[in-house]
Amino acid sequence: MSAVLQNLVNQPYKHGFVTEIESDVAPKGLNEDIIRLISTKKNEPEWLLDFRLKAYEQWLKMEEPKWPNVRYPAIDFQAISYYAAPKPKQKLNSMDEVDPELLRTFEKLGVPMHERAALAGVAVDVIFDSVSVATTYKQKLAEVGIIFCSISEAVHAHPALVKQYLGTVVPVGDNYYAALNSAVFTDGTFCFIPKGVQCPMDLSTYFRINTEESGQFERTLIIAEEGASVSYLEGCTAPKFDTNQLHAAVVELVALDNADIKYSTVQNWYAGDENGLGGIYNFVTKRGLAKGTNSRISWTQVETGSAITWKYPSCVLQGENSVGEFYSVAVTNNYQQADTGTKMVHIGKNTRSTIVSKGISAGHSNNSYRGLVRIAPTAAGARNYSQCDSMLIGDKCGAHTFPYIQVRNNSAKVEHEASTSKIGEDQLFYFAQRGIGNEEAVSMIINGFCKDVFQQLPMEFAVEATKLLGFKLEGSVG
Amino acid sequence: MIYHDSKVLLEVRGLRATVNGIEILKGIDLTVRSGEVHAIMGTNGSGKSTLAKVLAGHDAYEVTGGSVLFQGSNLLDLAPEERARAGVFLAFQYPIEIPGVANSHFLRLAYNTLQAQRGEEELDPLEFEDFVREKMKLLEMNPDFLDRGVNEGFSGGEKKRNEILQMALLEPRLAILDETDSGLDIDALRIVTKGVNQLASQDNAIVLVTHYQRMLNYIEPDFVHVMRAGRIIKTGGKELALDLEMRGYDWVGVEHRAAVEA
Repeated sequence: MSAVLQNLVNQPYKHGFVTEIESDVAPKGLNEDIIRLISTKKNEPEWLLDFRLKAYEQWLKMEEPKWPNVRYPAIDFQAISYYAAPKPKQKLNSMDEVDPELLRTFEKLGVPMHERAALAGVAVDVIFDSVSVATTYKQKLAEVGIIFCSISEAVHAHPALVKQYLGTVVPVGDNYYAALNSAVFTDGTFCFIPKGVQCPMDLSTYFRINTEESGQFERTLIIAEEGASVSYLEGCTAPKFDTNQLHAAVVELVALDNADIKYSTVQNWYAGDENGLGGIYNFVTKRGLAKGTNSRISWTQVETGSAITWKYPSCVLQGENSVGEFYSVAVTNNYQQADTGTKMVHIGKNTRSTIVSKGISAGHSNNSYRGLVRIAPTAAGARNYSQCDSMLIGDKCGAHTFPYIQVRNNSAKVEHEASTSKIGEDQLFYFAQRGIGNEEAVSMIINGFCKDVFQQLPMEFAVEATKLLGFKLEGSVG
Repeated sequence: MIYHDSKVLLEVRGLRATVNGIEILKGIDLTVRSGEVHAIMGTNGSGKSTLAKVLAGHDAYEVTGGSVLFQGSNLLDLAPEERARAGVFLAFQYPIEIPGVANSHFLRLAYNTLQAQRGEEELDPLEFEDFVREKMKLLEMNPDFLDRGVNEGFSGGEKKRNEILQMALLEPRLAILDETDSGLDIDALRIVTKGVNQLASQDNAIVLVTHYQRMLNYIEPDFVHVMRAGRIIKTGGKELALDLEMRGYDWVGVEHRAAVEA
């Protein structure tokens, strides 16, 4: 690879600072006592402790999945601290009482809070290490009946709703990391859109891992009742450490009849340095249940960070005519590894799904698309269209595609297209000969490549994603 | 056309260049003045296309000797994009495909980059659309081309027209057309050369790199240079091209060797 391309793809991580803040950290290790400690700290009801213990019991019997196309040393689950919270002086009642150091951190990260939230028109929930520190716009949303708060808060304020839905889309024993999360999750976001309500603004959660040896296990639950709709955005960063931090989140979405949930992620966890040291292990289970007739669940993700990404935002299309969508850009550089994709499980009649996946690999990285399209015998008239494109920058990286297609109803129609391309010296020279410098050329090529996905992002996020990719792959820092 | 008082645009002296350590250009001398049309001819492997790419600054080639002045300053000091902004244009022999990037977006960025360089007004997408559609008429191009990916799925002829469209937009001082005639049918050749002729003026110069005399029926050169083994071994007027068409290239080489040995 030429020096030009090398420089373009090797840019420093700008969110890598650590905030000096007093934290309440649980002793390392995982056992029943720790789970009881978390539950007690959070003053949880008995049923939730039972939920956790049941998950833990299942987890003990499970094995780490070995099938992803990623390589990493064994994780010592006893060396991780399962609870870390910024120490609050007292219970917070408003944003003004949040530790100013914490606010400065989020300011540095460009998270819109306070008036910035008002300007951006986005309601934000912020998760710092394990604990939700601020939710903006709660009042305004409550007026139309929307509940948007941390999941810990929801457990107390809306226990019936949480109990009704928690673990119904991703059961406690679903997979190794989902079981772990179910046992030790500390916070996350809860979002409930009642019947017939169109959420008037985008809802957003910002996740940050700050503590070196802690894991982050957040749990997100979004419910859209009949005819409701919501657009939800999620952003993530973490400081630079030489060690690896584990992030094992679970996200569950439930859409009832005619409901519409759009979930967008820009993931920029610390990816490790240019030699592959440090970075986040991002082992996440995200699944949406399109339960009602004509319901729709749409996932859009821009994955640029993490040392290892293992993530398959999925849709279970149960309701008749329900729709599932997955739009993904995954960028890997240096020694990053990503094994990401989706599952579209068609159960209801005339269910439809679309998969558009764009993988960009640079440096020594490996980028795999893994996707399952399953058409159940009941899914008469189901349709799926999948498109998986890979782009290589340089000659030391890898792009892999693992599509699984299982069709058990002969009236279904499934299409799959795939391509691989390469940013070459000749393309860059062509741009240069028209007066366009390398940075702008790479940005233009990448944005052209990712266009189909970026179009799906809400405006502010699309701008951020474009910048982030530029930042990841070019010389100029946005 | 030759103008008596015109300025020297390009001055190449003793230019040597290698690719992967193999010397391809072995001392090129060439002077191009404003208003002139030069044709560089020669067999495959004589170094014609290499000369074009070296002048444009392709980094696969290493300049090992000689000098190139463009409008009096050292062209070899400039990065490829700086050469383009200074007014050196290369119409590619094999235009590159850039999937997903709309042709209109690419053309506008290239145009605005140059406008900014010249301290002139940049055009927004709507203004540019009108501007570029006018230029496309010159090349009898369908406006659909604006919405397609840059050269993506274009036929050979469409790609070459797209190159000349860029020349029309960027109005370079020096346009080097690298085998723009290859792969064109008679109609396309007529359209493309008509476009080039309309763009030629007293203020710019055109260097045509070609195998065949065919293109020179449409664009009349002031000078014809014959390249062989990395050197210009003969220079003449447009009649030289006709001679080459009739007699082939061998006699030029024989004559050149005789002259060198004498």
